[in-house]
Amino acid sequence: MVATTTPRADAPGPGPAPEQLLSRFDRVERAVHWTNGALFLFLLATGYTLAGAPGTGWIGNKRSVEELHTYVGYALPFPVLLGIATHIGRQLREDLHRISRWTADDARWWRKSTRRSARVGKFNPGQKLNAVFVGACLFVMPATGTFLRWPAYFSHSFVAGADFTHRWFALAILIVTIGHIAMALSRPSSMRGMFTGKVPDNWARHEHPRWHAEMTSKSD
Amino acid sequence: MTEQKAPKAKTAPLEPEGSVPSKPVGRRVFIGLAGAGVAGIAIGSHLQNAVNTVTDKLSSIDPSGIVGGIVPHDQWTIYTITDGYPKETEAQYTLRVSGLVDRPMTLRYEDLVRKTPTHITSDFQCVTGWRVHGVHWTGVRLSDLLDEAGVHKSARALRFTSFDGVYTESLTLGQARRPDVIVAYQMDQKPVSREHGGPVRLYVAPMYGYKSIKWLNGIQVVDRVEPGYWEGFGYDVDGWVGKSNGRNDDPTS
Repeated sequence: MVATTTPRADAPGPGPAPEQLLSRFDRVERAVHWTNGALFLFLLATGYTLAGAPGTGWIGNKRSVEELHTYVGYALPFPVLLGIATHIGRQLREDLHRISRWTADDARWWRKSTRRSARVGKFNPGQKLNAVFVGACLFVMPATGTFLRWPAYFSHSFVAGADFTHRWFALAILIVTIGHIAMALSRPSSMRGMFTGKVPDNWARHEHPRWHAEMTSKSD
Repeated sequence: MTEQKAPKAKTAPLEPEGSVPSKPVGRRVFIGLAGAGVAGIAIGSHLQNAVNTVTDKLSSIDPSGIVGGIVPHDQWTIYTITDGYPKETEAQYTLRVSGLVDRPMTLRYEDLVRKTPTHITSDFQCVTGWRVHGVHWTGVRLSDLLDEAGVHKSARALRFTSFDGVYTESLTLGQARRPDVIVAYQMDQKPVSREHGGPVRLYVAPMYGYKSIKWLNGIQVVDRVEPGYWEGFGYDVDGWVGKSNGRNDDPTS
C-alpha cells in the first residue's frame, strides 16, 4: 500500500498550519441548502406580492403569481426530505441529529456572560434554532397555504386561521432570512463553509471547539 | 490507525458532542412550531382581534408599511373565485334589473352615475378576519333602483350575479331596502378598480364582505332567497358583521 504524502486539505496532519481546512458540509448538504434557500427566496418574493404589501401594485397578473407560489410552495419540503431519505444523505442526517440535541454548552452559549466558556459542537444554539424554525416552516407553510389556495373546501374559520398563521410565519421567515444572510455576510469563514464545504481550522477551533476536537482527533 | 492523537494536548481533550449528555430541545421546538401552525389554523381567526393591537404598534413604528403589508392589518386582501379579474370597461358595462318587476331595465355606467349619489364611509370587514377602516363609497341606493323598476308584491328577495360568470349573492328585500346598501361605482373618491370589483359592485355596509358582490351585472327580483356562492360553502346567508359566522367583530354600520 502506498502511503500518499500529498497533503489533504480536509484531513489536516499534525502541526498548526494556518491555512488548514476542515470539511464542514458535504455536497448533499450544500445542494439541499442552496435549493432550499432558492425556494425560500422565490416564495418570499412571490408571497410578498400576493400579500398585497407595499410596492407590489404594479404586478398585474396576480393569478399567475399565485399559481407559481402554490406549486413551488409544495416543492418546499422535498430538498430536505430527499436529502434525508437517500443513502447519500448520511452526513445530513447526522447533522440534523446534532441540531435536535442540546447540551450544557448550548445553555452556556445562550448567556452572554458564559458564552466564552461554552464549548459548542458543530452548531451553536442560534444555528440550531434557525434550522429548526426553517424545518418547521417546510411543513407549516404548505399546510396553511393549502387553505388559502382552495378556501372553498374548508370551513371559513380554518381559512381565516390559516391566513393568520401563514402571514405571521411569513413575517418571521422574512426576518429570520434577513438575519441569516446578514450573519453569513459578516462571517466570511462561516459562509465559506456553505460555498465550498470547507472552513478554516482556526475558525472551527474558536467557534465550534467540540466539533473541532472531534474532527482533528479522527484518524483518516 | 487510531493511535494518532490530536496534537493539541494543552487542554483536556473534548469529548465529541454525541457523547456528552444532551436533551432533544431542537426536536421539541420543531414539534412546538408545527403544533403552533396547526393551532393557528384551528383558532387563529379568534386570535386576530387580540393581536390587532400588536400589529397596530408594529405598523406605527414601521413607516415602510412592510410589516403591515404582510401581516393582516387594515388592508385589503383580494379574493377571486375565477381565473384573473374579469374585465369590463365603463363603456361596455351594463347592469340588468329583472325578475319580478314592472319595468325591467338595463342600466349603463353613465345612467348610474347620473342618479342621485349616496355616500357611505364605513369599515370593510372580511369574514376571514381583516378589516379596512374608513372606506368611502359612492353609489346609488339599491332601494332607488328597486323603486324605479317597480317591485311586484310577490317578491321576497334579490339574486345578484357577477360578470365573472360564477359568483352569486342574495339579499332579502328588507335587507336590500336599507339605506346603507348601494350599487357602488366609486371607492375612496376614485372609480372602483378592477380588483375591487369595478366598474360597479354592490356594497352592503352592515354585512361581511362576501355579501358585497364584485363585478355586479345583474339584479333579479325573486320570490325566495337563493343562497349565494360562499353560502353554498357554509357561510351565513344573513351575513351581519359581528352577528353571524361565529364571529364577534364590531358592527360596521
